Amino acid sequence: MDYGKALALQQELVAGRKQGYVPDQLLLLEHPHVITLGRNGRLENLLAGEQALSSAGISFYPTDRGGDITYHGPGQLVGYPILDLREWKRDVGEYVRAIEQVIIDTLAGYGIAAGRIPKLTGVWVEERKIAAIGVHISRWVTSHGFALNVDTDLSYFQYIVPCGLTRPVTSMAQLGVRATVDEVSRSLAAHFGRVFDCEMAPGSPAGVTED
Amino acid sequence: MTDVVMPQMGESIVEGTLTKWLKKPGDRVERDEPLFEISTDKVDTEIPAPAAGTLGEVLVAEGQTVGINTVVARIDEGGGAAVKPVAAATAPSPAAAEAPPPPPPAAPPIVEEPAPTPAEPSGPLSPLVRKLAREHNVDLSRITGTGAGGRITKQDIEGYLAKPAQPAAPAAPAAPPPAQPAAPPPTPQPPPQPPPALAPAVVPPAPAGQAKTRIEPLGTMRMRIAEHMLLSKRTSPHVTTVHRVDMTKVARMRERHKAAFQASYGFSLTYLPFITRAAVAALRQFPLLNASLDGNNIIYHNEIHIGIAVALENGLIVPVIRAADEKNVIGLQRAIVDLATRARSRQLKPDEVQGGTFSITNFGSFGSLMGTPIINQPQVAIIGVGTVDKTPVVIDDAIAIRSICHLSLSFDHRLVDGALADQFMTRAKQVLEDWSEEVL
Repeated sequence: MDYGKALALQQELVAGRKQGYVPDQLLLLEHPHVITLGRNGRLENLLAGEQALSSAGISFYPTDRGGDITYHGPGQLVGYPILDLREWKRDVGEYVRAIEQVIIDTLAGYGIAAGRIPKLTGVWVEERKIAAIGVHISRWVTSHGFALNVDTDLSYFQYIVPCGLTRPVTSMAQLGVRATVDEVSRSLAAHFGRVFDCEMAPGSPAGVTED
Repeated sequence: MTDVVMPQMGESIVEGTLTKWLKKPGDRVERDEPLFEISTDKVDTEIPAPAAGTLGEVLVAEGQTVGINTVVARIDEGGGAAVKPVAAATAPSPAAAEAPPPPPPAAPPIVEEPAPTPAEPSGPLSPLVRKLAREHNVDLSRITGTGAGGRITKQDIEGYLAKPAQPAAPAAPAAPPPAQPAAPPPTPQPPPQPPPALAPAVVPPAPAGQAKTRIEPLGTMRMRIAEHMLLSKRTSPHVTTVHRVDMTKVARMRERHKAAFQASYGFSLTYLPFITRAAVAALRQFPLLNASLDGNNIIYHNEIHIGIAVALENGLIVPVIRAADEKNVIGLQRAIVDLATRARSRQLKPDEVQGGTFSITNFGSFGSLMGTPIINQPQVAIIGVGTVDKTPVVIDDAIAIRSICHLSLSFDHRLVDGALADQFMTRAKQVLEDWSEEVL
């Protein structure tokens, strides 16, 4: 799904969640090539000019999520949980740790031992980043979320300093796991349900058609 | 003048970076309107204004990182006319006790924080209020709470619903200062925008007639206990097994040494250290009961730290006897007395209530025969101790009078099966029934 479209969908769901007529949601999707900049992002972490980006077919969006700059693209599982944390825990630290746990557990299912690096939010396999996290919260309702490299073409990360860190990135494919984004998303949804203690019901959000 | 503070966004979070002001000094802000953004740990959060008024001084610039509860700005509700009060302190912690009932309305502006955390300006919501709001599709941010700490009560919602299709009436600029004591509303219905008053701990009387309920906010400890109990029940499928234990030998030993024990150590000898000792012996033999479950991993704890539930006036706490396996009955009794005493006088240090690997709760001291205790997460089992009573029992086809105690073990069936749990209990029972260790 196009990033701009996904952003609009998130905003719609967040508004609904705040009013209470939309339940907690987890959007799982893939974006075409896009580079997004978090609220605290510094443009100097974008290593290519806008022209170079557009000629490489990459769009660019500044957003209101936490974190610095990041890349999304095919082969990357992107998850946007729209949760009311008041019904879980009013604790943003716990929330981010729980997201990390979902990804760590999912990867463990594929035999990848992933973990955390203190003070560096995200999920890491040794010193390489396999999943990035950036969250926005308004009235305890979450948006944005995480991006897990399944078989992402990692060369696209050359255009940025991911999250402002000069550490290498990796993907499940690079670690020898052949899995599709679809498969991983099903497994991840199950782990999400367990970590956040909720029942997962598949479905597409009402009134939205994916392209 | 209302202080705007850096809210606490989670237990482990002690500071935040103010990333963006969404309003400029002099701008008009409505209560609950996003005022600034903070960033903590890759999470950006919009913080709503705690009160309506004019944004006065901005004390923290964009990009600055400050500790929680630091005042970052002030909102002037009186259109600039309000005298800057001295009373405005930093925000109390979310569950801090509310101030005593303030003086009558005509008093000069005594300013206090209208809501403990600006992130949740309406204060904690009760499940009832949340349900009502959801059922009637009410935007809670449009309602000003009249309950303790400015929280929204059922009456507030009913009052709001009783006034159909009202716009979000902004508080008039000349609105009274925020901490006008919440005098009972003059009309049966609460006004649409009562001052965001910090009500005293007493909830205003129901709008009309005799109140059928009394609403009281939960204290911090109660809130923690509630969360923990719910978490445990949701985390672990609990199973409880009950074993009848003949404590006659222990009872005799206790009887024999009671006076001397009291004389030498200054505290009395109870059954609890014996049971703890038996639990330790069984834990050594069945280490799975001394483990935790973390995702798909079992964490075996090589040390045995036993939590002992202590009842307090309005709650309970579970201080931990460290290295319980290295203590004899005297050492255990001393530790139990010490921890219980300090728990009741609230002098436990935080690390004394953490790190337990197994727990024991002694409800027998309140007369309970047996119970089904809730596991103290992330542990996987807990023993509940019932009363020790002289009971007629059949031994070798004869009826004898023995000191009988029922021990319940609640265990996490994710990790522990019934067979193992019962072997564990059989071992503990055996230690108690064949007690051989000298006490003094």
